[in-house]
Amino acid sequence: MLDLGPHGGFIAAAYAFTALIMVGLVANAIRDRAAQRRALHRFGEDRR
Amino acid sequence: MSETATMTPSLWTRLSNPGHFMRWSGKAVPWLTALSVAALAVGLYLTFFIVPPDYQQGETVRIMYIHVPAAWLGVFFYGAMSLSAIGTLVWRHPLADVSQRAAAPIGAAFTLVCLVTGSLWGKPMWGTYWVWDARLTSMLVLFLIYCGLIALWRTIEDPNRAARAVAILTLVGAVNLPIIKFSVNWWSTLHQPASILRMGGSTIDPSMLYPLLLMIGAATLGGSTLHLYAMRTEIMRRRVRTLTIREAERLDAGAVRVVPSAAGATPLPQAL
Repeated sequence: MLDLGPHGGFIAAAYAFTALIMVGLVANAIRDRAAQRRALHRFGEDRR
Repeated sequence: MSETATMTPSLWTRLSNPGHFMRWSGKAVPWLTALSVAALAVGLYLTFFIVPPDYQQGETVRIMYIHVPAAWLGVFFYGAMSLSAIGTLVWRHPLADVSQRAAAPIGAAFTLVCLVTGSLWGKPMWGTYWVWDARLTSMLVLFLIYCGLIALWRTIEDPNRAARAVAILTLVGAVNLPIIKFSVNWWSTLHQPASILRMGGSTIDPSMLYPLLLMIGAATLGGSTLHLYAMRTEIMRRRVRTLTIREAERLDAGAVRVVPSAAGATPLPQAL
């Protein structure tokens, strides 16, 4: 196990927050793409 | 004038043609994603297993390997948005507004990460989460400008009017970029002065500098890939809007509905 010293909590919190925001950003991008693809599909257009 | 018509379009013109853009970016995104993930994995490995603890900061220096790339990308995406704003106002290029709109949430997210990770570093190192120091305040202003731009897009329904208004506000906000960069030189700040991009070279030891540069490179690659992906989605959203309006016009003219149901479709204001 990695020993992050006395301030390990701050380091872990910084990485956890960054991971949360990045996962949210990517998940939102994928969700948005899927919504637009579905909408285009309803108009008979297919795009990847 | 006939000479202009027969001119071969430049590489930039061809790459930025929306149809052509969709083709090349569609092929590039999966490769860029794989490259970003690999670079990030190597960067994180170096950060946690190779980089030595700092002689003053100890292990807390590891926060810098996300804080510095996030700060760079917050500024980088605003710079990209400012260039796109010029593209919107001067050339009215359709991809300029698409690029600007796709960049705003990404830039805002990285600026937020920069602020929060900086704060989490500040508490053990400075003894406080926040001070109204010029660098910290100008980064907070950058985040607020991002939020303002995103809000402005949602306020104006007509995309062309929104594009021009947002482009003007983006260029006004660009005055903050040199303030962020030089705040540590112009004012007496608690935030340290430049240690990578400075006259006389970096002050960081190579054992820490190269992993940091790799993390900056990996984040830039990942952020740019996400930007390309979001631009493609934005182009699709505009296509959906055009088709929705066309369908509404057909229905107004008394035609029979061809699209079965709009249930679950993106509401028009969000599709703008």
